[in-house]
Amino acid sequence: MAVSTAPDGTPLWRRRTPRGDLLVWLGWLCGVALAVACFQFISDRTIWMFVWDAPQQGADLVGRMFPPRWEYAHQLWKPLWDTVNMATLGTALAVVIGVPLAFLAAHNTTPSVVLVRPVALIVIVASRSINSLIWALVLVIILGPGELAGILAIALRSIGFIAKLLYEAIEEIDPTQVEALTATGASGAQVLTWGIVPQVMPAFAGITVFRWDINIREATVLGLVGAGGIGMQLEASINTLAWPQVTVIFALILATVLVSEWVSARVRHHII
Amino acid sequence: MSATAAPFDAVAAARAWRPPPLIATRWLRWAIYLGALLYAVLGVATVEVNWARAAEGLERGARFLAGFLPPDFLTKREDILEGLLESVTMTVVSTAIGIALSVPVALGASRNLAPLPIYLFCRAIIAISRTFQEVIIAIVFVAMVGFGPLAGMLTLAFATIGFMAKLLAEDIEDIERAQAEAVRATGAGWFSWIAWGVLPQVKPRLIGLSAYRLDINFRESAVLGLVGAGGIGDTLNTAFDRYEFDTAAAILLIIIAIVLACEYASGWLRRWVQ
Repeated sequence: MAVSTAPDGTPLWRRRTPRGDLLVWLGWLCGVALAVACFQFISDRTIWMFVWDAPQQGADLVGRMFPPRWEYAHQLWKPLWDTVNMATLGTALAVVIGVPLAFLAAHNTTPSVVLVRPVALIVIVASRSINSLIWALVLVIILGPGELAGILAIALRSIGFIAKLLYEAIEEIDPTQVEALTATGASGAQVLTWGIVPQVMPAFAGITVFRWDINIREATVLGLVGAGGIGMQLEASINTLAWPQVTVIFALILATVLVSEWVSARVRHHII
Repeated sequence: MSATAAPFDAVAAARAWRPPPLIATRWLRWAIYLGALLYAVLGVATVEVNWARAAEGLERGARFLAGFLPPDFLTKREDILEGLLESVTMTVVSTAIGIALSVPVALGASRNLAPLPIYLFCRAIIAISRTFQEVIIAIVFVAMVGFGPLAGMLTLAFATIGFMAKLLAEDIEDIERAQAEAVRATGAGWFSWIAWGVLPQVKPRLIGLSAYRLDINFRESAVLGLVGAGGIGDTLNTAFDRYEFDTAAAILLIIIAIVLACEYASGWLRRWVQ
């Protein structure tokens, strides 16, 4: 809160010193310059002729997408069921692997800070940094197209997510409860089940449902690389330029995601 | 001793404390357990797995993994560099545009600032932007503006708006009313009110979210290439299509390294802000 003086001697309130002002402006200038330079780079790689007729293209696309071919929906129930299955089973698998991993990674529960924790953290980061679509791409090559690749891709991506959020929750637990249990002479396993697990249970349920909700969204596109679900139909419809069918698929995806979001919001609302 | 201890144990066991279950209502709890079991059976039963193909895949997988090693950073050096630059520029521009656009949307989507029609309109924008996976939005943008990083940039900017606006609006709805009112009481106009009464309260959150979104946008930019929207994903897809698995491995390693760096940087930034 710097004060400068007006020419007639009255003090003026200013938020920053002149130097601070200058630094803030410099920061903004650098940020904007970076963004503009980056945009220049993208612009060089864009054929602007195609962009200028985008409104026309867009209108044309919408024109071809309507009216939707609603009869096509009958062929979509099975893929939609598969999509939900991929998300749910993938999440379940990720929970089975992610939960022990979280306990290995948390500072206060890891068996060894020097040996085990870094390994667990590396597994978590590797799983988190690769998108499930890329996991699916790799798995489809190994396992062949189908739902199994999709389930595993969802699981591999979710392990890191669940483990990261859960280990942060474990590290934030109230240590006095654990201490009280230890003081009664409880063994390590007893401390875990009675002192730590009850404390992270709400967080765990919230994280799992949250990830399930995200996974429903991700599962809708895994089919684009051949990993089963409604994305396969989307890919086929786009490749045959059957845009009225694409509209139906979009509508179904929208409905599914809204339902899953509602479910997850309800569950999280109940827990918190 | 043991003869008298046995009934005592039974009584004690009946009165022993149990942790309260996660779902308090008894019938709901059992209904959920039963439903989950039923679903698991149905779900697993309907998954069609070609086990012969999967078993064959294990051997194929071993060869595939062997193809990954050692990662080849050099042969396609220029393609990788080009893809990375595209990804990074896409990330920077889309995050900047997305944040700039998400602040007004967030203000409009806060019930304590905006009148109902504006509130509903902004919430609708958020809902649309959040529903569809980035890849689906990218397909539409590629169809509209053609292949290349511009489509990816537009996609990410669009997704950023929904993400940032939703979380920021939640934060704005939770602000301390007294501070905002105090600014209002000095006779400040609407813009001064927002700038001095509301924004300072949500600033740490805004910066934290921006850093987080930058991180997400980079990760997403790595997959948009699969549908032709530019970036390192394009290079990765090409490498897979040409069976150049060693180059693909190199690209995956680079992605992991950059995401790690981003994560550390954003964690550090968030700690510094708070």
